[in-house]
Amino acid sequence: MDLNLQELERTEFPVPAELENNIAITSLSQLYNWGRRNSMWPMLFGLACCAIEMIATASSRFDFSRFGFEVMRATPRQADLMIVSGTVTKKMVVPIVRLYNQMPEPKYVLAMGACASGGGPFKEGYNVVSGIDKYLPVDVYVPGCPPTPQALLFGMIALQRKIDGQSIANGDDVPWYGIGPAEPTPVPVLGPDIIDPRQMDMIRRQAEAAAEDMAMVGQRELPSATQLVAAKVVTAEATSAASAAISDDALSFVLPTGGNPWTEAEEIREKRRLRALARKAVRASRRAAEAEEE
Amino acid sequence: MVSPAIAPDDVVNAVSIEDSIAYLKSKHPDAVTDDEREGYSGVVVQASKLLEVARAIRDDLGFDYLSSATAVDYLGAGDHMEMVYHAYRTSGGGALVFKAQTERENPEIPSLVPVWRGADFQEREAWDLYGIKFPGHPNLRRILMWEGFHGHPMRKDWREAYYEEEQKPFDNRWPGGHVHRSEEKNVFGKNVTYPSDIDLNRLMDTSESEVYASLGLGVDVERILDKDGFETNELVVNMGPHHPSTHGVFRMVLTVDGETVTSLEPVMGYLHRNHEKIGERNTYLHNIPFTDRLDYISSMGNNHGYVLAVEQLMSLGRKYNPPTYRCEAIRVMMVELSRIVNHLWAIGFWLNDIGAFFTPVLYFIQERERILDFFEAVAGSRMMCNYMRFGGLFGDLPERIKSVSNLTNDRIRDYNTMQFLTEMVNERIPRTIDELEQLLTQNEILLERSIGVGVLSADDAINYSAAGPLLRGSGVAYDVRRADPYSIYPELDFDIAVEQDGDMYARYRVRVTELRESVRILKQILPRLEATEGESIWADGKPGAYAPRVPFGEAYGRVENGKGELGYYVVSAGGRGGSSNPWRYHVRAPSFINLTPMGLMSTGYKVADIVGILGSIDIVLGETDR
Repeated sequence: MDLNLQELERTEFPVPAELENNIAITSLSQLYNWGRRNSMWPMLFGLACCAIEMIATASSRFDFSRFGFEVMRATPRQADLMIVSGTVTKKMVVPIVRLYNQMPEPKYVLAMGACASGGGPFKEGYNVVSGIDKYLPVDVYVPGCPPTPQALLFGMIALQRKIDGQSIANGDDVPWYGIGPAEPTPVPVLGPDIIDPRQMDMIRRQAEAAAEDMAMVGQRELPSATQLVAAKVVTAEATSAASAAISDDALSFVLPTGGNPWTEAEEIREKRRLRALARKAVRASRRAAEAEEE
Repeated sequence: MVSPAIAPDDVVNAVSIEDSIAYLKSKHPDAVTDDEREGYSGVVVQASKLLEVARAIRDDLGFDYLSSATAVDYLGAGDHMEMVYHAYRTSGGGALVFKAQTERENPEIPSLVPVWRGADFQEREAWDLYGIKFPGHPNLRRILMWEGFHGHPMRKDWREAYYEEEQKPFDNRWPGGHVHRSEEKNVFGKNVTYPSDIDLNRLMDTSESEVYASLGLGVDVERILDKDGFETNELVVNMGPHHPSTHGVFRMVLTVDGETVTSLEPVMGYLHRNHEKIGERNTYLHNIPFTDRLDYISSMGNNHGYVLAVEQLMSLGRKYNPPTYRCEAIRVMMVELSRIVNHLWAIGFWLNDIGAFFTPVLYFIQERERILDFFEAVAGSRMMCNYMRFGGLFGDLPERIKSVSNLTNDRIRDYNTMQFLTEMVNERIPRTIDELEQLLTQNEILLERSIGVGVLSADDAINYSAAGPLLRGSGVAYDVRRADPYSIYPELDFDIAVEQDGDMYARYRVRVTELRESVRILKQILPRLEATEGESIWADGKPGAYAPRVPFGEAYGRVENGKGELGYYVVSAGGRGGSSNPWRYHVRAPSFINLTPMGLMSTGYKVADIVGILGSIDIVLGETDR
């Protein structure tokens, strides 16, 4: 990439014309951002299908080196950007968080594709984490399944814009200049299910409640086997009725305050739906009136 | 119907499936019975006699290749567990399907690993996902999930945390459109209650022996990590799941003696995203885009296998029209193009692994882009084509191939489709293959690195159920397109690529030959496309049903995909008029089963060869872990 000094010229101090390509007067923040945004090295780290499109983006036709994502590094210690390219499974999120902790600051995360952003088509799977943002702070989300190389490039350029907006005068923008080492992200643990260490206290309390044979408030029970035998698939109607019965009593969730977030959400949604219907009716009548005038 | 018993001496490979079954029944009259359920085929074998019968099937009848072994949970439809085996002859022909049943509580079926080593990973998968125990299995540990995971998730009564209903379409989405989602109810996304004796401190233990011990490896880490004794100089080396040359999130734990590998344990499941569980909730049509994401390099091939399996089932019913000739021709063309993409990619990344880092592969990716442009113009997506339908296709070929979006360095594309294809098939792809061969086939470094490395003998390849270039590189001329033909392959003129040496170089040669054979097939397809110009891709001229009703029964559709034999085992347990959702949807993934002999192939070679051997198998993790 050419050294484009004009890009840095954003001050009121004029530079003599003959020195324009040799001297730039700029602010420290800008210089710092300019250097960082143009040398953003992604980690060579593929998870699933999106990794193939990421490789296509890195290769000659699309070539993200043009934008300063010079080269992919296989070690997290030399990388600035983690492109989470694919479905994050419960088994895989443990190494991912560990890799993230090993990256030096400043570091960024780009969630590539539907799976990394929110679970995607596999969200309902029992081994799938519905989005890497459950564990890591994400800077840019790129939609698509998989995103085309063009979309990924757009996401990467969006990250560069984000960096442009940061200032070293603002401590929130650049926390890595703070005093002392940064807190590592807690690494999840594989137990009976995946355990986020941040939920450890809750699990301890649940286990204690189970020991005393008390129902824990906010706890969801698994449907029992007898309920499930009822759900034989004989006809579609029987199935849906049986499963509706199970899902209603097995999935009811009670907040500690006694309210049920589910019914509240249902009410809000119902209101929204009615409002939308009203709007639709208004629009239809207006259109009818216009047609009459014509 | 029942033919007289055949003496074992007279048994030759040419015996038909019916005669084979008759022979089994006469030899084991009390253990073998016909599977009489509607739409099912094959025999049911009494579990206690399974090992004997399996030996008879392999040795007396010559079914030496166990293609697929999978479990089905018939909760509410007989309330039993069932293992389904599909055995084939490497000389060609149809499947001998045999099944063994067991009760749902405490299920146990004898292991077939002593007969076919290829059953190893598949039985571990059945244990992991269904909880069926296999007495006699050498290493029955979880394979896709981790040790300590609660329950066996593929059982019909096991429900995921975001469970909504048994089957799609969910009532709240359609036809009412009054959407709510399960995660709004289950805010923590958990379906477990933690037992009172849960020991969180033990789970948090990250000491080295604990890290390896929880994986269920056959490696004796304790002994090797013993700091006091200096008798041994063995070392445990962990590769992956984050490793640049494991082709995704695959992990291997090696034990090395100096530079030489003494044992290798593949560890997988890091991309296990529950295709099968989701697939059993989906409708038949829903599953087509999911098959794209199995082997994401060659999505067209995946579509084809699944569509064939469901078409087999649908053909049992009354309302079914087979695909038209034009449709079959387009399908074969798409599959062969994706085979080219797959092999270019496989060779390129194998070169990465043996040291030619990223320079050669750039040329192959360039060629691949050209084919992807065509896929994008036809199916609307570069990689996840979602193109085939039951009895047809998503759409016919467009008249012109036009660009949708452009980068500054990308010229505007607008070509006549047939012209584009003709140029690609007759000029561009052959030119790339020539270039590839010129630079690589006699390259001294490549020869040194790959000849005699990662050897797999023909007998082992068959016994370990290896498929695709791995099998053919070991001297077994077995290609599903010829051995058990489907679509219009019988009328096409092409050869099966075989190499005798069984090493990395042999597999490379097989791939190059297959590239040339694919071009040969494509050259025969183009005139067929021109001849059928204007014909419909649907038998009755209009697209098939959105939610087809599939009659009761089972089907095993298999195709020769780039990586090997890809099979789909689909069970429909519908009521009247057929089912709209599969009861069982199993993928026989070549990448998964080809890893079974990985340990055998790696032992005795150097650490640096391991990545090359893995690259020469050519796995893709979406399919390995599913």
